[in-house]
Amino acid sequence: MSRVMVGVKRVVDYAVKVRVASDKKAVDLANVKMSMNPFCEIAVEEAVRLKEAKKASEIIAVSIGPKQAQETLRTALAMGCDRAIHITTDLRTDQELGPKGVAKLLAAVAEKESPDVVIVGKQAIDGDMGCTGSMLAAYMDVPQCTFAAKIDLDAKTVERETDAGTEVVSFPSLPAVFTADLRLNEPRYATLPNIMKAKKKKMDTIAAADLVADLTDGNTVLEVFEPAPRAAGVLVDDVDALVDKLKNEAAVI
Amino acid sequence: MLSLASSLPGFTTSSNPSLLQQHGKGESHHPSAPPCLVCSPADTSQVQALVRLCGEHGVPVVPHGAGTSLEGHLSHLDPRPSISLSLNNLAALASLSVPSRTATAGAGLTRLSLNEQLRGTGLHFSVDPGADASLGGMAACAASGTSAVRYGTMRDAVRAMTVVTAGGEQVNTGSLASKSAAGYDLNALYMGSEGTLGVITELTLNLHPLPSHVSSAVTVFPSLSAASKSVVDMLLLGVPLAKVEILDRSAIRAFNAYAANVPDLREAPTLFLEFHGISEEELAAQVAMAKDACEGHGSSEFEFAAGERERRELWAARHGTYYASVRLRPGAGGVVTDACVPLEHLAEVIEETAADIEREQIVGTVFGHAGDGNFHCILPVREDDPADYLAKIEAFNGRLIERTLAKGGTCSGEHGVGSGKMLYLKQQYNAPTVGVMRAVKKALDPKNIMNPGKIFSWDE
Repeated sequence: MSRVMVGVKRVVDYAVKVRVASDKKAVDLANVKMSMNPFCEIAVEEAVRLKEAKKASEIIAVSIGPKQAQETLRTALAMGCDRAIHITTDLRTDQELGPKGVAKLLAAVAEKESPDVVIVGKQAIDGDMGCTGSMLAAYMDVPQCTFAAKIDLDAKTVERETDAGTEVVSFPSLPAVFTADLRLNEPRYATLPNIMKAKKKKMDTIAAADLVADLTDGNTVLEVFEPAPRAAGVLVDDVDALVDKLKNEAAVI
Repeated sequence: MLSLASSLPGFTTSSNPSLLQQHGKGESHHPSAPPCLVCSPADTSQVQALVRLCGEHGVPVVPHGAGTSLEGHLSHLDPRPSISLSLNNLAALASLSVPSRTATAGAGLTRLSLNEQLRGTGLHFSVDPGADASLGGMAACAASGTSAVRYGTMRDAVRAMTVVTAGGEQVNTGSLASKSAAGYDLNALYMGSEGTLGVITELTLNLHPLPSHVSSAVTVFPSLSAASKSVVDMLLLGVPLAKVEILDRSAIRAFNAYAANVPDLREAPTLFLEFHGISEEELAAQVAMAKDACEGHGSSEFEFAAGERERRELWAARHGTYYASVRLRPGAGGVVTDACVPLEHLAEVIEETAADIEREQIVGTVFGHAGDGNFHCILPVREDDPADYLAKIEAFNGRLIERTLAKGGTCSGEHGVGSGKMLYLKQQYNAPTVGVMRAVKKALDPKNIMNPGKIFSWDE
């Protein structure tokens, strides 16, 4: 049976209408609802299903961020992870700490914990970088199977979703890194008995600086701004008027 | 109205013809009777200002949530120009208490949106009518759903409300405490008042822990009567059924045709069952007892939904049975009946009703919340239907109500009276009873601006 490590990220809740901070350097996160990144939820769910199918013996959830990242870890524990590791940092996890830094930190934890299976979300909905999984596999020097829609550890195959359709790839051996795509599974709702049990599960804390010395990202964010507001539309009275406008004004037909 | 709009931040109005049409119609066959204007206040104080203004000018107000009314509640039938008061902007989840198991939310928030926001808390809002209705609309119509047999209806779910009266005052009903003996029960007064006594702007709701162990099963019976009787037995045995729905042959046929991602079911009188337990053992004990009771009335083997996704798809499909039934005749609107009888009479009444549909050769389905003695007939009707078919349907409806009332039942279990069932309310209650309702209405809304012409007539 495998030991599974799952990376989870605390991000702005997907339903929030995000606003740019007045200094245009970042998104305004004050009093904004935060949740576990949806793809990370899918990653946790997959790990828990592996444990339920007796293919995994232990699931470790890892997150990087401020104190509140522990709430995200408690959610992962409530869904069925066994223990958690909180890597503390004051760096903004939506832009200062990039995929390179995250991958280095997770690789450092993997070095200590020796997981057979590592699952992360394919991307985080704040940065939308989609790089962490691949970079982590490179740092760990292990195979990567990204955009996984189905993981078969026995057959050592993964179904991947691509724009052209689904392809099946095989990986030579474990350990390997998998990144979770939307159709991998539908995450469970945590129930209260599990939420209450999760409060007692082990959570270790370690400072990011104690794991990795240099976390500077290759990129620097110069400016954050909203897209230009859409011009108001025009109401037309009938199809003929619509066709006329599309033809003669917008020149698209 | 427009000058009021310009003075209040966030308050919008619209006279877009499509929007007006939409606001004058719910999800039933009743044709649209549109308002003159749709107003969308931003908060309770703006609702108050709007209602006060309407009162001063004698303008009727019909509150509008998600537009899922099934009995023509939203029809603007009054001769005076009237407005639709949209609660769309009062849709925030204001607060949540996990230990008290309550949530306070704007009346415009829909039940599925509320549950989406409760993800991760381990709690959920249990009242589940077929539509994704607004919380205010659900309270105004005393809504119910498949979970009522164990978790109760909207009457049990609402702890407190903020209501704006016809005079534009703010009234606070109930208490945040789980029970209260302080003063008249104003929660009960406004519950089911269908917008005729005031506008509900905010509600504090009771939540339930998500069940930790769930099992769903389907089983068929030789008759609707046998299925109904097994429901009586299961409840007498103390099986805490979480859901128990009954569907007739035609409902199953419609269900099979409509629900693409659920395997086809046998076309026979069917019970859909759901069990909630705190442990595997408790769940197994409930299921064993239920099976025994059902088999005593000739049921088939229980077929269980394999996993959580299959279970959710099964119930989503059950919720879609209304739409599936209407689809039996493309282009039709649904005539929906909503009889509810004491459980001892369910077997007989549902059997007679199904036989009536068959004998009259009416296209329709029969399904419902067997645990509450509540069942619906969905009869799709088209605008081009011949007059004698429509007359047949009306006569059938009349017989159903008579049959229901004769057994001490109610003409509406959960859909409300609206404009569609006013005739039946008068059959169900004697003049003094309706007189009490009328006295309350006249006391609280002397100008008759709150959703006029619904439930019962202003004049005797």
